[in-house]
Amino acid sequence: MRHIISLLMENEAGALSRVAGLFSSRGYNIESLTVAATEDATLSRMTLVTAGSDDVIEQITKQLNKLIDVVKVVDLSDGEHIERELMLIKVRALGKDREEIKRMADIFRGRIIDVTDKSYTIELTGTGSKLDAFLEAVEHGSILETVRTGASGIGRGERILKV
Amino acid sequence: MSTELTGAEITVRCLQKEGVDYIFGYPGGAVLFIYDELFKQDKVKHVLVRHEQAAVHAADGYARSSNKVGVALVTSGPGVTNAITGIATAYMDSIPMVIISGQVPTYAIGLDAFQEVDTVGITRPCVKHNFLVKNIDELATTIKKAFYIASTGRPGPVLVDIPKDVSQQKTEFIYPNSVTMRSYNPVTRGHAGQIKKAVQLILEAKRPMIYTGGGVILSDAAERLTELVQMLGFPCTNTLMGLGGYPATDKQFVGMLGMHGTYEANMAMQHCDVLIAVGARFDDRVIGNPKHFFNEDRKIIHIDIDPSSISKRVKVDVPIVGNVTDVLDELIKQLKARKEKPEQTVLDSWWTQIDTWRARNCLKYDRSGTVTKPQWVIEKLYEVTEGNAFITSDVGQHQMWAAQFYKFDLPRRWINSGGLGTMGFGLPAAMGVQFANRGNVVACVTGEASIQMCIQELSTCKQYNLPLKIINLNNRYMGMVRQWQEFFHGNRYAESYMDALPNFVKLAESYGHVGMKIERPEDVEGALKEAFQLKERLVFMDFITDQTENVFPMVPGGKGLSEMILV
Repeated sequence: MRHIISLLMENEAGALSRVAGLFSSRGYNIESLTVAATEDATLSRMTLVTAGSDDVIEQITKQLNKLIDVVKVVDLSDGEHIERELMLIKVRALGKDREEIKRMADIFRGRIIDVTDKSYTIELTGTGSKLDAFLEAVEHGSILETVRTGASGIGRGERILKV
Repeated sequence: MSTELTGAEITVRCLQKEGVDYIFGYPGGAVLFIYDELFKQDKVKHVLVRHEQAAVHAADGYARSSNKVGVALVTSGPGVTNAITGIATAYMDSIPMVIISGQVPTYAIGLDAFQEVDTVGITRPCVKHNFLVKNIDELATTIKKAFYIASTGRPGPVLVDIPKDVSQQKTEFIYPNSVTMRSYNPVTRGHAGQIKKAVQLILEAKRPMIYTGGGVILSDAAERLTELVQMLGFPCTNTLMGLGGYPATDKQFVGMLGMHGTYEANMAMQHCDVLIAVGARFDDRVIGNPKHFFNEDRKIIHIDIDPSSISKRVKVDVPIVGNVTDVLDELIKQLKARKEKPEQTVLDSWWTQIDTWRARNCLKYDRSGTVTKPQWVIEKLYEVTEGNAFITSDVGQHQMWAAQFYKFDLPRRWINSGGLGTMGFGLPAAMGVQFANRGNVVACVTGEASIQMCIQELSTCKQYNLPLKIINLNNRYMGMVRQWQEFFHGNRYAESYMDALPNFVKLAESYGHVGMKIERPEDVEGALKEAFQLKERLVFMDFITDQTENVFPMVPGGKGLSEMILV
């Protein structure tokens, strides 16, 4: 099953490699990983998307907690949560396609953030499946380039991950 | 205005403050300033090894036999890469250790400088934690943290990498009395509610079994464990890492369990209805195939300080996360407070069953021949040393025979590489043991293959006059490899024979030690007595043993505990 795990860790050089190393050395699956400093510059917040049986996910959270630099770990999938991913997509936009792609971007609440006479660059945020749906909707041949951030997640309501 | 110290001075002062009496190391370019400071003082005594792997094994043996943090000092690049095997060995067995490594100067890092290696990167998977100190102002606190992390929670090796320029720069020296880290707060006490559940299961048990591992040794909980086991009247088994956690000569001890465990220990483990696992981790060499293990129904109580050890290979019913000593204290307290006791008649019939398994006499071997049996040597070693020696071992058949036939009544007397299985561990570890236990008898049980992996340390032993006794069980084979080839690879002994062996007697003599070659079984006891009377000398005893002897019982890889091959 897919899980989205959030963690806070000391913002130290090499902290990311400790997490990445743990996943590769123990053979855990890693679908995406995003990391950046928080409002407290000494802390980094990481969101990991992984998949595995309950036993594997239990081991993953335990092993993450065991890393000395890791301050807190939560499995966001244990409760209500929100997740978002950002995608930038450059598509060929010529002739009648120009209007069609603009309309498609509007439907998905994307924004066109760069324009040339041959292409649009669209910014789109949402869940991973929404971004997938957009990619499905756009004619495959017209996609010039895509870049996705991987999911970031946060608990709903009063669920807070803080030191 | 306080005086400022260099990074090198600070490093040495930190070691003094931590009460470190011995460090094991090898100098090199990146650590020269630190060596210079070591030279100027005499509180921290440096032991010069002949290879960095041995420095780490020696620090390891020191730690295992003393419950103090072992300390090793190595230079950058090859100093570190040579140390890796030692670090990984300590990591697998959760040994508290601090490794200080030199690094190229900060301005040269990343430029492929001479003797540069990404030490933090290369050691990361085999340390509990590591640090690269780029700022002199963080040096003292980092060393404090290293000792704190190494010795608390589930212990392990921690490496501090110090660039050469940092060891040269100056700052004010402030050594904190303690450190707190928001990201590291190891649990000690177990959850009282969980312990209560465990008590209930224990009191209702019909076929109980207590299975204990290295955690009992590391936590110095042997006395508590003994109290618990004797109070309950339950059978107790130890893992390879846990030997000495419960007195091996006691009747409630059913021997070591696992791949080469006793028949009675493995059968009791498989057929018990309540299993109390204490500081042990159900690894593949202990329970064999986990699926087969669950062919029988049982409740499992698991006490361990590391949450990730719980429910890793087997599902448990009552997990208790905590320091073994504290948890056992609470468990004993709660048991004493209860009026009920385990039902004696039920327990008696369980013991009757265990005694029939015991009657198989699974460790029997042929004592009639004219060739020396390796088991015989260990039995005699036990008798001659009256069970009081510190025994280190290398890895292979001799290790298993030592574990089976030397009856350890005390913790920290059996020193071996259980997790990583590092050949070459025995001799350097014995050096560390001897430094930590001056005046005590230390013997290294080894084989002609293992001993050659760190034999250069005979030179270190001479330099420091370490009167070790080396028991070399020489069968001219990598015995355990040969045994597997005999059982599972159609007797094709691929590269497991040792040809062109040195004359160990002359070799020992050339290093300035005493060498003995013992070929006949009737000479074993006399030779051992003679050797152990040479209290000031290292004696290398080359026992020529049966080439075809195998270690029994054996649970083949992938098989269940009750599927042992017996003699």
